[in-house]
Amino acid sequence: MALERSDVLNIAHLARLAIAEQDIPEYARNLSNILDFVAQMEAVDTTGVEPMAHPMDASQRLREDQVSETDERAHFQAIAPATEAGLYLVPKVIE
Amino acid sequence: MHDKTIAQLAAGLAQREFSSVELTTALLARIKARDGELNAFITVTEELALAQAQAADQRIQAGSAAPLTGIPLAQKDIFCTNGVKTSCGSKMLDNFIAPYDATVVRRFNEAGAVMVGKTNMDEFAMGSSNETSFYGPVKNPWDLAAVPGGSSGGSAAAVAARLVPGATGTDTGGSIRQPAALCGITGIKPTYGRVSRWGMIAFASSLDQGGPMATTAEDCALMLEAMAGFDTRDSTSADLPVPSYQATLANDIKGLRIGLPKEYFGEGLDPAVAKVIEQAIDEYRRLGAEVVEISLPNTHLAVPTYYVVAPAECSSNLSRFDGVRYGYRCEAPKNLEDLYKRSRGEGFGPEVQRRIMIGTYALSAGYYDAYYLKAQKLRHLISDDFKRAFTQVDVIMGPTSPTVAFNIGEKTADPVTMYLSDIYTIAVNLAGVPGMSLPVGFVEGRPVGMQLIGNYFDEARLLNVAHKFQQATDWHARLPEAFKA
Repeated sequence: MALERSDVLNIAHLARLAIAEQDIPEYARNLSNILDFVAQMEAVDTTGVEPMAHPMDASQRLREDQVSETDERAHFQAIAPATEAGLYLVPKVIE
Repeated sequence: MHDKTIAQLAAGLAQREFSSVELTTALLARIKARDGELNAFITVTEELALAQAQAADQRIQAGSAAPLTGIPLAQKDIFCTNGVKTSCGSKMLDNFIAPYDATVVRRFNEAGAVMVGKTNMDEFAMGSSNETSFYGPVKNPWDLAAVPGGSSGGSAAAVAARLVPGATGTDTGGSIRQPAALCGITGIKPTYGRVSRWGMIAFASSLDQGGPMATTAEDCALMLEAMAGFDTRDSTSADLPVPSYQATLANDIKGLRIGLPKEYFGEGLDPAVAKVIEQAIDEYRRLGAEVVEISLPNTHLAVPTYYVVAPAECSSNLSRFDGVRYGYRCEAPKNLEDLYKRSRGEGFGPEVQRRIMIGTYALSAGYYDAYYLKAQKLRHLISDDFKRAFTQVDVIMGPTSPTVAFNIGEKTADPVTMYLSDIYTIAVNLAGVPGMSLPVGFVEGRPVGMQLIGNYFDEARLLNVAHKFQQATDWHARLPEAFKA
């Protein structure tokens, strides 16, 4: 599995990662090596094997739908990069 | 006081030989004097520690002390600590002051333990050498040229150098056991669900598990008893009672059935490490255990399976770090996409970015079945290996790592080479069973760890089996020459 420059750029875009131009060849090489390594999985016949999503095969616990937490907006927003009037600020999305 | 175990320190506090303030002051001074050589701590919480120590002394005076009251411990910097920087070893969280305590931290606080600081780690727990930390590599106290292992490398080095008697770790593919082995200390990764993951920054949620690291199995038992238990805030927390791990520590192990997986002693294992492990197995024979060869036939699939499951879950978990609500934000973003991309591109280091990209690729349209679904099926086969083995034996033993600690810089060029240093630990996380590492000897001055693997929720037996070994040997009591004084 040899990833091309365009593959790396596409994956980086999907992952919302800005990567430096000069790092692309190394990412292509490293990611290709990792994918070659995990390709060993293909050799195993898994017909009829159930996928395992949880070590104990447990399912999600349900709880009563009731208020359990207090409002900590101001506390949590104290560590935010930018806020105003209780809202998180980001660059303008809609012109 | 630095060379005493948690159990000995607790006895000393109970008998008023020294106060928690005296003990804490002594260890803070030791950290200040010696951590420059190791880089084991990201943050030292001196003021908080002394306040907690004072409160602990009052609690001891009042006669309401718990076993860990007044004991100085360190927290891996992956556990959120209210009002204290929680960096996860990353530039992304270099400015993150956690607004709440992880359940594990809360439990130690309730037990009256003293937190002296937050330990260094591989960035977001992704690494096996502590070299991916934004805060620089941690050195191995046995040899400053060597890595301490990872990702809980700071905790392992701090305990090995006796800067603290115990510390927390987390283990997604070996991150408690491998650094414990490489630093010559004892550590246990409990069964998945045994210790709450709430407030423990997520890497791969179906594999992550917190646990204790200390010099002895007895100390791990004391710490695990405080850490473990059901938590409604973690949806995968096991709703089962926590036994008294101390109560069964000294149980006789005559007739214990030990399985040695033949796959753990084959190609790739350093012969010198194999010899040390065989000597430790002989010690168990002398203690009355029966040793049989077993097979875990899907062992070779564990690392490839893991490097699909873990990156896939990591790419999903780490999508929360977007520069909007907390953590690193890039300068002057042009638009929202630029804000996401540059905050993440500048905030994450190369290994984290690699894993996010592998996971993104494995989960992307058209590849899901070939990678993630296939890996989950193999995970079932790997897990079945353990279930089968535990119908024949009580515990499984083998090396924790194929080699002793390697040198800093030795394995950074090729990620896959680094991944293979977790070849014996990863299957345990995929299956969800508990695993432990204990020191059993040295190769050329660097420690060798032996891995003990138990059945689901059989931590008490692992701790018992490790304790009996430590009663008969003194490998766990050895200190690195440079850190004896």
